[in-house]
Amino acid sequence: MKPFTYVRVKTVHEAIYERAKSPEARYIGGGTNLLDLMKMGVETPTHLIDINALPLAKIEELDGGVRIGALVSNTDAANHPLIRERYPVLSEAIVAGASQQLRNMATIGGNLLQRTRCYYFYDPSFTQCNKRQPGTGCAAQSGISRIHAILGESAECIATNPSDMSVALSALDATVQVTGEHGNRSIPIHEFHRLPGRNPEADNTLRPGELITSVDLPAISYAKRSHYLKVRDRASYAFALVSVAAIIDLDEKATIREARIALGGVAHKPWRANKAEKALLGHEMKPERLRMAAEQELKAARPQRDNAFKIELAKRTMIRALMTAAKQEAA
Amino acid sequence: MNSDDSLLGEHRVRRRDFVAVALVGVLPSVVTGTGKEQTTNENSCSLSITVNGQAHQLEVDTRVTLLDFLREHLHLTGTKKGCDHGQCGACTVLVNGRRINSCLSLAVMNDGSKVVTIEGLGSGDNLHPMQAAFVEHDGLQCGYCTPGQICSAVALLEEAKAGAPSAVTKRDASIGTVELTDDEIRERMSGNICRCGAYVGIVAAIRAASQGERA
Repeated sequence: MKPFTYVRVKTVHEAIYERAKSPEARYIGGGTNLLDLMKMGVETPTHLIDINALPLAKIEELDGGVRIGALVSNTDAANHPLIRERYPVLSEAIVAGASQQLRNMATIGGNLLQRTRCYYFYDPSFTQCNKRQPGTGCAAQSGISRIHAILGESAECIATNPSDMSVALSALDATVQVTGEHGNRSIPIHEFHRLPGRNPEADNTLRPGELITSVDLPAISYAKRSHYLKVRDRASYAFALVSVAAIIDLDEKATIREARIALGGVAHKPWRANKAEKALLGHEMKPERLRMAAEQELKAARPQRDNAFKIELAKRTMIRALMTAAKQEAA
Repeated sequence: MNSDDSLLGEHRVRRRDFVAVALVGVLPSVVTGTGKEQTTNENSCSLSITVNGQAHQLEVDTRVTLLDFLREHLHLTGTKKGCDHGQCGACTVLVNGRRINSCLSLAVMNDGSKVVTIEGLGSGDNLHPMQAAFVEHDGLQCGYCTPGQICSAVALLEEAKAGAPSAVTKRDASIGTVELTDDEIRERMSGNICRCGAYVGIVAAIRAASQGERA
């Protein structure tokens, strides 16, 4: 690890002031991803700002919805009665990720900022990686591409976002609250993470030095009718090959009034399945209709050398997640 | 035996001490195992920490992980370094009652914390009930992952008692104590890898310890 200076801050102002001192400074919360990347030599901050003492670790009601402070641990978010009662899909997504030890350390803000687990990004002994070193190329495209993207990739990058939590937040239409030198901003979750395009070095739309303060969840009357389904190489403690967060609103005749579907493991950001959602509106919950909706969403999918299986897997995972969600009680 | 003098004055140098001395050698700002402060620089930071009931106040290099601090500075070598990337769980310790991977936390981030390592749970003839259960049920073979497994398992019992859900907990389970089925134990222990494959004994040990606790 490269040497760095370290400071503990007590206020948000102090944090932003410290961060503005150097472009090579980083905030550290749980540190589970940042410290690992520092050991690998991928991240080389010269100054670490420990934000764990900031007053951002509360979960509270907010206009019928819920505000989760950026420093709430993944464990505390998943366990909290407000989350378990109102947004069980988020609780399920969080406990599907990592291990208990990591969830105890990891924060909500940090989870949003997890970097890709693309092997070629994570290991600097591969010289080609446009995300790590813009303009060097993409080793993944001629390498092992089993875990890579099938939707929204670019010629420059085929990495996927590894977060389970963010997939549920996408289906829930969460808002990310941030603050910085130039004031506060609210970023809809769909505009927070980005597709790689020509500049895959940017995972998200945060401006330099901005600090996430909370994640806000809107009131959704039917959010209990939901499910998070994660498919992976082993039963526990592995990143998703494909995952789906599904929330569905049904009337008395089992006709779909509204559906919210997001996919994980398939793209550079949590993939909101707008096309599938639209194809379901006003239709009965029948397997053929679900299949058709899944087909519509995955029509644009383009496999890499080793991951054509993800296309069919994504369709089946979506169908099963919707079926399971429909069986849950709405309230 | 933590300064160059003592190294030169001793013929028999244990590997552990040699590593500690070597570390101090390259990082002049790092304190020695006895807590004596050497010169400080801008890449070190103060740390107050309680480990197994004993308070320590010192200055450490900012790069030192909690794991390396425990092993190389306090010589508490019960906590093991497996992968050093948060993937194996061998370094699991309890910080303020919660289990974490000590390899993915900087020592300086644990200022004011209370840490319990395997040495703090029990030793010799005075074993923690979870340690005794691992012995009783053959929850180990080579033993390298065992301190992490046991620290993890001790926390697991508390988490289930407090009603914390896992990925296999039924959603409609009321927010009360979670019953520790074998599936629950396996899921909740998935962050601790055992390359010898002693999982059957590990699950049996945790099951027994949880039942013993209830009895």
